Amino acid sequence: MPFIRLDPPTPEAGPELFFEGRPLRFRPGETVAGALMAAGVTAFRETPVSGAARGPWCLMGACFDCLVSIDGQDNQRACMVAARAGMKVRRQIGARRDAAGAGK
Amino acid sequence: MSRWDAIVIGAGPAGIGGASLLAERGARVLLVDETPGPGGQIWRGIETVPESRAAILGPDYRAGAAEVARLRASGATLAFSTEAWRVEPDGTVWLRDAGGLRREAARHLLVATGAMERPVPLPGWTLPGVTTIGGLQILLKREGLLPRGPLALVGTGPLVYLYAAQCLTAGKRDLVLVDTARPGAMLAALPHLPRALLGHGPAYLAKGAGLLWQLRRAGIAVHTNARQIGIEPDGDGGLVLRFLGRGRHRLRLSRIGLHEGVIPETHLLRSLGCRMLWSAAAVAFHPARDRDLCSSLGHVHVAGDAGGVGGAMVALLEGRIAAMAILERLGHQVDPLLVSATRRARRAHLAARPLIERLYRPAPELLTPPDEVVACRCEEVRCGEIRASLAAGAAGPNQLKAFLRCGMGPCQGRICGPTLAQLTARIRGVTMEEAGWLTVRPPLRPVSVGEIAALASEEP
Amino acid sequence: MSVAGELVVIGGGLIGAALAWGAARAGADVTLLDEGDIAFRASRGNFGLVWLQGKGLGHPDYMHWSIRAGRRWPELARILGEESGIDIGWRGGGGLHFCCSAEEMEQRRALIARTRAEAADISIELLDREALRERAPGIGPQVLGASLSDLDGEVSPLFALRAFHEGLVRHGGRLRTNFSAREIRRDPHRGFAIRDASGAEVTGRRIVIAAGLGADALARQIGLEPRLMPERGQIVVTDRVAPFLHHPASAIRQSREGTVLLGSTHEDAGFSTATEVEAIARLCRIGTRLFPALRSARLVRAWAALRIMTPDGLPIYDESPEMPGAFLVTCHSGVTLASLHALDLGPALARGDLGPAPRSMRSARLAVHPT
Repeated sequence: MPFIRLDPPTPEAGPELFFEGRPLRFRPGETVAGALMAAGVTAFRETPVSGAARGPWCLMGACFDCLVSIDGQDNQRACMVAARAGMKVRRQIGARRDAAGAGK
Repeated sequence: MSRWDAIVIGAGPAGIGGASLLAERGARVLLVDETPGPGGQIWRGIETVPESRAAILGPDYRAGAAEVARLRASGATLAFSTEAWRVEPDGTVWLRDAGGLRREAARHLLVATGAMERPVPLPGWTLPGVTTIGGLQILLKREGLLPRGPLALVGTGPLVYLYAAQCLTAGKRDLVLVDTARPGAMLAALPHLPRALLGHGPAYLAKGAGLLWQLRRAGIAVHTNARQIGIEPDGDGGLVLRFLGRGRHRLRLSRIGLHEGVIPETHLLRSLGCRMLWSAAAVAFHPARDRDLCSSLGHVHVAGDAGGVGGAMVALLEGRIAAMAILERLGHQVDPLLVSATRRARRAHLAARPLIERLYRPAPELLTPPDEVVACRCEEVRCGEIRASLAAGAAGPNQLKAFLRCGMGPCQGRICGPTLAQLTARIRGVTMEEAGWLTVRPPLRPVSVGEIAALASEEP
Repeated sequence: MSVAGELVVIGGGLIGAALAWGAARAGADVTLLDEGDIAFRASRGNFGLVWLQGKGLGHPDYMHWSIRAGRRWPELARILGEESGIDIGWRGGGGLHFCCSAEEMEQRRALIARTRAEAADISIELLDREALRERAPGIGPQVLGASLSDLDGEVSPLFALRAFHEGLVRHGGRLRTNFSAREIRRDPHRGFAIRDASGAEVTGRRIVIAAGLGADALARQIGLEPRLMPERGQIVVTDRVAPFLHHPASAIRQSREGTVLLGSTHEDAGFSTATEVEAIARLCRIGTRLFPALRSARLVRAWAALRIMTPDGLPIYDESPEMPGAFLVTCHSGVTLASLHALDLGPALARGDLGPAPRSMRSARLAVHPT
């Protein structure tokens, strides 16, 4: 279920980011976590241990459960990163791959 | 690199109160906070919040604006979006911001890292769609987001009622409260009522009563004495909440918030080696502090919820008390009357605290959860494995970490730490102090290998 | 409270636990004494390599002993895995020592020649950059090559320790934690009595001191003088990374879980287990030079632990001349030598002797002779 945006409505053509390739409108000032949750995304990642689906828990940067991949940088805390137009966000599936280089 | 008179870590009420006063009296102060602006969790986004959102958040929230304005005018150097990732006992503080890593040094540290929500390990607490109630409130404060669809707020503590009331003010009606406080809590709290009627106690009690009345008037369902709580996916993108209250309940929901009170955020203090004490009343560790709010390390003061949860006003006043103590040590003149008046004001704001602590005690089953419950969210270690390891002779949290990996993940044991200590104490039959705590290792905040590599002064 | 047993092992780290497990598996009645939750824990700060390239050069007994340990590791890993069900993260197949300069390549060449000259039962080859890239495609531009031996391996020292502890109990042994041995004396009826700081006592017909840095004070009470010194090693570990390093390697290790360890330093810092940014930064610099993509990995933890160093750096396997039945075992290669400790030395101690341990590794070699 998505979230309701309480602040007075802004014009329809707000900035967009891309989540799993599809465009997703957000409001300036929202974090990536906020933007995804507002759009109804609940599962942000699959754990590297069991593959279980997870979403944000603490929303204050402590729990590392809202990890996503942002513009090719894996394991980013969605709740601590401000949403930016054009950002490419993907679910974090398992362990990070960006640090594995050519060896992955 | 110049040396600061004081570095204040955390820009919530305590850090704001401390840094403002220090700077106003001419001390060289650096205030750092990982969020983009002052306010901490309680006054989060206070400088940028639209009026409509501030109206929902209420007068206690708005009260932050004046203190933040005072901070801005004080002359303190402010570093936001800046994380203290390592603090060394000699007053060295390593910071990380958009520009990379850097080192600062100070004669005194004022630690004002605030509180964190107590973990709520119960069956299903790791499912997507289940967050802390504090997390939901952050979404409201920071981003103006309110959950759509049926929402259950499960747990105990003032924040449950405050957030519920804020939901109501924002127009949300599809809301249910599932209170986990035990019926005996009221009775246990009663002896602390007389003290709670002193000082500012009545104002706190009136505030609480006001919230309850607001919920009742709106006809919000409140289930009391909830036990055997479990959450499952409903197979359709939603959640099912089961619990035993007055009879068995099964609720279909789109989102669930959990909350069992807040505890001091002591990660940084533990990394410094500050002595910790267990509070049975608060069911939490807090740093040992003297009258001046100085920790067991002479140049480390602790103010606000990090020293023991007391709320925003107490934190603000503690920030000032610590600031005055630091000013005195720096050789500044401090008016003793002002010191004693501030101490008195703090005590007045703490009058209702013992009552509140006993009214909102976390349920025992959440402190030592059933075997199937995941205790360590990062490494997915279940309470049953922890129990088995302890029964086989594991000496405490650090051995559990070594053998089971609980506490080894990216959150560094912040979430599972309390559960590991509780299970150790319970199974080994020792006190919480004897049970011990996960040794805190740097970095305290995430830092990349590349960022640290750039600090190497020479070719290896 | 007094507990009597046949063999009491003082020290629940990798050395003591391996010995106790091996002795219990051989049928002895074993009690393993371990300290509390916070102690100098070399076994829990370990990097986790079974490392044999260059080990023991110039000390034939130590070299052959170590290589023998390397040959036995697959067997130990299999037994521990089968019996405990714990994946101890064993990976053999040979270890890489990376070289980033012509000088380092030359040093490895010399090491290989020396290993051949000393007739070590280990084969080491030198890989050039192209050959290395087939095994480790992610290496950085500065990496010129690596030496590769057939024998090196890696293991999770923590899971191995846990498997020993659990296996000990499975074989009928006793594990007693929160016991900090302070005093050893001969007991006229039961061999030896060991007392801890709180006054608790454990007795046994034979005892083994395997108490890490604590062994110094205990060994003196049985008439031995190992003169142990701490050497600090700092290590860092990252968050989980998709598998990219398929060999054990010196200075960098990717665990079964995917985390990457970088380490470790060798420092004289007394008994301090503090970490230092400068040292951690150097470890990270080495790691990113070997595998540049690692720059984006996140540092989860940095720690320091103390190696237990004898004056000549070689292990000590000894029995007290004045108190027969009281043994001392210490070394800084608790992981590498664990296979021999568990499979050969433990059963020997169960019988009451040091079995195959070379006599040249007794502590008499370290005696300061008045001239």
